[in-house]
Amino acid sequence: MFSFLNNVGAFLTDSAHWHGQESIPNLFLQHLQLTAVSVLAAALLTLPLGVALGHLHRGGVVAVNIVNIGRALPALALLILAVQWTGITPPSGLLSPVRSLPAFIAMVALAAPPMLANAYVGVVTVDDEVVEAARGMGMSGFQVLRRVELPIAVPLIMAGIRTAAVAVVATATLAAYVDAGGLGRYIVDGFAVQDDVKVFAGGLLVALLAVAVELTLAGTQRAATSPGLRLAGRGGSRADAPVVAPAHGSLA
Amino acid sequence: MVRAVLAAGNIGPKWLYWPWVTSHLGEIRSRLTEHVELTFLAVGFGLLIAVPLSLMSSRFRRLYGPVLAVTGALYTVPSLALFALLLPITGLSRTTAVIPLTAYTLLILVRNIVTGLDAVPADVKEAAAGMGYSRARQLLRVELPLAMPAVVTGVRIAAVTTIGLVTVTALIGQGGLGQLLLDGFNRAFRTPLTVGIVLSLALAVLTDLVLVGILHVTTPWRRPVGRRSA
Repeated sequence: MFSFLNNVGAFLTDSAHWHGQESIPNLFLQHLQLTAVSVLAAALLTLPLGVALGHLHRGGVVAVNIVNIGRALPALALLILAVQWTGITPPSGLLSPVRSLPAFIAMVALAAPPMLANAYVGVVTVDDEVVEAARGMGMSGFQVLRRVELPIAVPLIMAGIRTAAVAVVATATLAAYVDAGGLGRYIVDGFAVQDDVKVFAGGLLVALLAVAVELTLAGTQRAATSPGLRLAGRGGSRADAPVVAPAHGSLA
Repeated sequence: MVRAVLAAGNIGPKWLYWPWVTSHLGEIRSRLTEHVELTFLAVGFGLLIAVPLSLMSSRFRRLYGPVLAVTGALYTVPSLALFALLLPITGLSRTTAVIPLTAYTLLILVRNIVTGLDAVPADVKEAAAGMGYSRARQLLRVELPLAMPAVVTGVRIAAVTTIGLVTVTALIGQGGLGQLLLDGFNRAFRTPLTVGIVLSLALAVLTDLVLVGILHVTTPWRRPVGRRSA
């Protein structure tokens, strides 16, 4: 066991793994690029929709059911289905930081449901009395949304982004199977040649990255929460709202 | 490989080539069985660990934060990474699959069970204590039954999540419906892919319905019909 860990240490510090295509920094960058671009794209697609539906108090059943279906559809299936659709091709233009088009599509599909649901729930559960008070003060519908509903919904919206991002970081590991690169490369390649040291080193790097992303976004979530909500302890309890139950964003 | 399948009558791109299904029923059944077994083991072990953890967290409040932190950290680590980390210890075995799958259920189960226990009204507990129930009996006969809805919700979410995750165990050679997905992917033959996806979705829906049914049967007092007035 000790010599095994020694080998893992040697693998991680080997200068061959710090320079070139298959180096740790390069795979790390690929992993983060795939995650960031997919989460950003999914956010642009879903957050405005979820917020609008919440503001209008419409479409709740759809939003919640999408999450449940998303939970049941395996990420591996999403990935393979996306490959059936586009083939294993690199995208171009704006998406060029991503190495694999099907991986990008699968990651967006994975990230969209929790973000949509949390944005919807975040806005729709804002206290009616607060909204009415804002209207009574003469705010227009848009002002209510921008100055009242959105600030109160921020903790939940952030929790959705965090859930999505952590799920994408995790699943981007699988994306190595469809040529998306990333730290999953070591795990996939290691499995292929039965190199336990490589597999373990890859697992360690992926685990550290996932925990780092989780902690960073948890911090961001806390920082983005309005001080008023934090004082009332509302931010935390809302982020744990049962509708979005097994959110990764649970440590709020 | 791709060409071989295509040459055999261009069935590769077909989403459902029925003759393959009928001639592979045995394999499909064993993949499905493996999938159910892995799910069952994970949720079962998950409950064995989560129930005592939840009882302690509900009783000794200071434990709840650390328990959530640890189970949350486990939940954050990607499944493939956990498999990879266990590989040198447990090898390509079923244990390597079951440990991470169990770990992922813990956060979901503990959160729901504790929420359920906390929601038991204080006057109900006092009434039970006043009737002379011991602490253990009160827990078994009063608090746990009243917490059942939340517990079952936790089990439902854990089971459905696990059914999705089990597909990944095919990557470490532990079968399950993910094997059909991989076969379809590797051979550019879509029929196993379709079968794998449809069956895992069906399994998730069915499991969910069964658990709702169990909740219905085990909590007769929640049913409006036939309720007796005290």
